[in-house]
Amino acid sequence: MDLLANLALGFGAALTPLNLLYALLGTLVGTLIGVLPGIGPVATVAMLLPVTYGLPPLTALIMLAGIYYGASYGGSTTAILVNLPGEMSSVITVIDGHQMARQGRAGVALCVAALGSLFAGCVATMVIAAFAPPLAEFALRFDAAEYFSLMVLGLVSAIALAHGSLLRAVLVTLLGLLLGIVGTDPNTGIARFSFEIPELMDGIGFVAITMGLFAFAEIAINLESAARRGAIAERISRLWIGWPEFRQAFPAVLRGTAVGSILGIFPGGGATLSAFASYTVEKKVAKDPSRFGKGAIEGVAGPESANNAGAQTSFIPMLTLGIPSNAVMALMIGAMIIHDIQPGPDVIRKQPELFWGLIASMWIGNVMLVVLNLPLIGIWVRLLRVPYRLLYPVIVLVCTIGAFSANNNMFDVWVAMAFGALGYVLLKLDCEPAPLLLGYILGPMLEDNLRRALVLSRGDFTVFFTRPVSLAMLLAAAALLALVLAPAIRRRRDTVFAERE
Amino acid sequence: MQIRNPKDLVAGLLFAAFGVLAVVVSSSYAMGSASRMGPGYLPRALGVLLIAFGAALALRGLRPGAGARVRWNVVPLLVVLAAVGLFSVAAKWLGVVASTLLLVVVASAVSGEFRWRESLISGLVLGAAAVAVFVYALGIPLPVWPAFVGR
Repeated sequence: MDLLANLALGFGAALTPLNLLYALLGTLVGTLIGVLPGIGPVATVAMLLPVTYGLPPLTALIMLAGIYYGASYGGSTTAILVNLPGEMSSVITVIDGHQMARQGRAGVALCVAALGSLFAGCVATMVIAAFAPPLAEFALRFDAAEYFSLMVLGLVSAIALAHGSLLRAVLVTLLGLLLGIVGTDPNTGIARFSFEIPELMDGIGFVAITMGLFAFAEIAINLESAARRGAIAERISRLWIGWPEFRQAFPAVLRGTAVGSILGIFPGGGATLSAFASYTVEKKVAKDPSRFGKGAIEGVAGPESANNAGAQTSFIPMLTLGIPSNAVMALMIGAMIIHDIQPGPDVIRKQPELFWGLIASMWIGNVMLVVLNLPLIGIWVRLLRVPYRLLYPVIVLVCTIGAFSANNNMFDVWVAMAFGALGYVLLKLDCEPAPLLLGYILGPMLEDNLRRALVLSRGDFTVFFTRPVSLAMLLAAAALLALVLAPAIRRRRDTVFAERE
Repeated sequence: MQIRNPKDLVAGLLFAAFGVLAVVVSSSYAMGSASRMGPGYLPRALGVLLIAFGAALALRGLRPGAGARVRWNVVPLLVVLAAVGLFSVAAKWLGVVASTLLLVVVASAVSGEFRWRESLISGLVLGAAAVAVFVYALGIPLPVWPAFVGR
């Protein structure tokens, strides 16, 4: 069977000592930042990106991927024990997870979260292995027009699924697209928006943008609100789960895995949205929805499985189409480009060890997470006691040096400062900054494909509507917009997102 | 008339301003035609879209309705950015150890529970860690000690 041969190839590539070491390092760092509130996977991946420049491409990607799914895993520990989400994707776990902890069932909650995540991770990896190759095969026939429409669909669905106001998400995305085309125009060699600054000829560095938007701005907001951490839950009961609880949780794990696997694929989806959707599903199918919010085990099992599944399947559009579905995937694309890999359907064919090795490493990483983290819970709890006043200067320092090291140039640090200020203003005005990064990564690709499509059609814009695949994608984008704008859905969407407040 | 939702208004105007900037700056780039897009084509289109949607958001903010005011407290932001800025100018000249100490002490000053001794110790420990990890292990080209010491 083809799949087995491919997986064997992948495991062969992923099971080298170096790759295992970096998978371990990535999942550990990911769990660490997942546990610590106040720093997210986006900033961490950006921070560690310069560290991976010297590594082989596969090793670099394995480590960065480990950070991402490790974070969605570690966030649940904080959610359950401290009543604070360590990560956006575990916001929903707080509701029932912390209630369970207060009832003395912290061990059960942690266990369910870990095992649910493991199960979901394994299934979602299977989904990637099964669906990515045919999708890439299909995408190989895409021309510039199809790519342009695909990117429009990606941006529209990221906008539709972003929380908060639609208009704001549109504006943030447009600004991101504009920032993406700063620098020398590849077609004419004209430097655009560079304001005579030589460093801007190559465009704005994406490490610098990310540090500013996701580290400096976040820290400023955190310091401003001066929110103090809640008390850490009492002693953790034994980490075990009994049969009746297992029976209660397992269907929720299955449903969460399904919801997460599907939603992860959509641009704008990924871990956070999957967790929210899964919680809604669990409440709907429960015989007695009133148990939710009072320590229902399904309220932990479903969302925790869903966020891990979503984190994994969000790799599909990135690996097969070269389209990022969330900010972390945008960074992964940046990382691949740095390593001279053009993300897209060609990756599977031209670099099968890279593709299958990354997939195999997700399996290995998920097992590592459970095997290592359950015994390490004591250490994570101790880390949670480190006060924020000691923590944030470390983050500021690492991000500053990280921004510098991207090009060994202080200019990038100044760019990061500017984006820190911009990110602060955006957050203050209720504008989610994540779509900016998607727009930034897609900007140059969007322009390139638009250009090529219109050259081929001699300036005829109908080319996007006469080619069937392109038309289908534009129709899907329009349908998605119509759906979100429809009053009934809009109300529902507001309530789903309101639950996190 | 009282402006009911300043957040919408301010956000709308901010994005519209970015749009105006894009249109003005890109007006010197060749527009080209649809079949041969010049470097100014997409930037101008994006600028126009930013202006249009930004204006729509700003107008929505003028509409009466419940809306929260923005409460700005920019001191933490400015202090954190100042710490970063200090590091960026000091690193080449004072070296990583001293600049790290500077960054940590300045950044800690806005924590609301600042302690001199604690942040000095933390700064020195982090300075040593930064030298070990970034300068030695990763080979980032920054001096360890001030330029005017030794050599």
